[in-house]
Amino acid sequence: MLKKTPLNAAHRALGAHMVDFGGWDMPVNYGSQIEEHHAVRRDAGMFDTSHMLAVDVIGADARDFLRRALANNVDKLKLPGRALYSCMLNDEGGVIDDLIAYFFAEEFFRLVVNAGRAEQDLEWLAALRQRFRAAVEITPRRDLAMIAVQGPRARECVWQVLSEARVATEAMPPFHSAQVDELMLARTGYTGEDGFEIVLPAGRAEALWGALIGCGVRPCGLGARDTLRLEAGMNLWGQDMDESVSPLDAGLAWTVDLDRARDFVGCSALLAHPQSRQLLGLVLAEKSGVLRSHQKVVTAQGEGEITSGTFSPTLARSIALARLPLGVKPGAPVQVMVRDKRLAAKVVKPPFVRNGRILVD
Amino acid sequence: MKTPEQLKYTQTHEWVASEADGTLAVGITDHAQEVLGDIVFLELPVVGKRYAQGEACAVIESVKAASDINMPVAGVVVAANDALAQSPEQVNADAYAAWMFRIKPDNAGDIGNLMDAAAYAGHAAK
Repeated sequence: MLKKTPLNAAHRALGAHMVDFGGWDMPVNYGSQIEEHHAVRRDAGMFDTSHMLAVDVIGADARDFLRRALANNVDKLKLPGRALYSCMLNDEGGVIDDLIAYFFAEEFFRLVVNAGRAEQDLEWLAALRQRFRAAVEITPRRDLAMIAVQGPRARECVWQVLSEARVATEAMPPFHSAQVDELMLARTGYTGEDGFEIVLPAGRAEALWGALIGCGVRPCGLGARDTLRLEAGMNLWGQDMDESVSPLDAGLAWTVDLDRARDFVGCSALLAHPQSRQLLGLVLAEKSGVLRSHQKVVTAQGEGEITSGTFSPTLARSIALARLPLGVKPGAPVQVMVRDKRLAAKVVKPPFVRNGRILVD
Repeated sequence: MKTPEQLKYTQTHEWVASEADGTLAVGITDHAQEVLGDIVFLELPVVGKRYAQGEACAVIESVKAASDINMPVAGVVVAANDALAQSPEQVNADAYAAWMFRIKPDNAGDIGNLMDAAAYAGHAAK
């Protein structure tokens, strides 16, 4: 029996193509994935992300606990509402999940974690709570829904529908959030465009979804979500990293605050095993094929592997993220083994696209 | 889902049209394009090459995934639709106008082994 988000009936009413996404009945598209992708880059689109889980970490030790549990340092979160992207590592330095941590108050943080990892995350957090004897309550918030509204016109559309949120969020910079009554609006996303991720009581989700459609916000499925995040050079857990991969080898060194004094979980493993590979982008020549995960990449420095590949609607050619040997530089020509062919590709530094603009040539 | 009466169909979701010159035009069905989603790449078979019945001879890629296109009956590929390869999204627009290649079958009677529209509609609905 697949799990359903509070917007399940709304998706079906819109004629969505539904798929089993890690045990959740989710829309992959509502017709054309490519048109949904363009709507986010050029105008405004929205995603039901209610399958993701908000986890509240509340208590006297909340900050101390997360300082140990996460690879990025929550001490960077000083102003209430501030958000931080981080990995949560196992003791071997592998990535259990990636998440966004929101700081509301000294004793109140919220983590938003991947749908498919939620149960493992909760078990791991409970184990760490024991290990550190931390005075925190860890509460999964299945009572909440989430809608990500993304695109150049996204924030304006949200303000039209939620006029009470305008004052609190109009001057709010990226990676900040605000609480407006029982809603949380974060200027975050997984598309490389401006917008809000809105966390709200499940019972209000359908009304907000409908009102946003009324403002011309296009419903978008998980298919477009994947092509948008890949163009934005954002990792996907399970493809670009997992429990066997160090964040240093997955292009996420920028999210790891490697300070021995902090002694976060996985720290000593990362210090013992420095970076051995790098995550870079690939661009394929126009109309020569489509890059996919697990395809082998041949470089002058040795072999690598594609971790995520797709057709980029914005570039109108195939792009990929690939784990490559150290020493491969952006601009280098490489070959990708696609079926019985070796296709020429070029190494680039992600992201491929941000805020509607192509950043690679 | 459209399944034109005048066409024949395979288990693997190709359609086959009998042309006046005895060749067969091949494409993928409306059902197949619907399942694949936005089609972005087409690798056509080699003109002049003989393929066995059921042999993978072309590849179609959507944003989602790559799929083989299989030879509906044994024969030689006599034409490939290069214009379609330049705008593969035409397959989504009208799957039955988007012929991919033409074959000269080894045995003209082999097309009789393929499904008719009603049988295919039942197969695709499974």
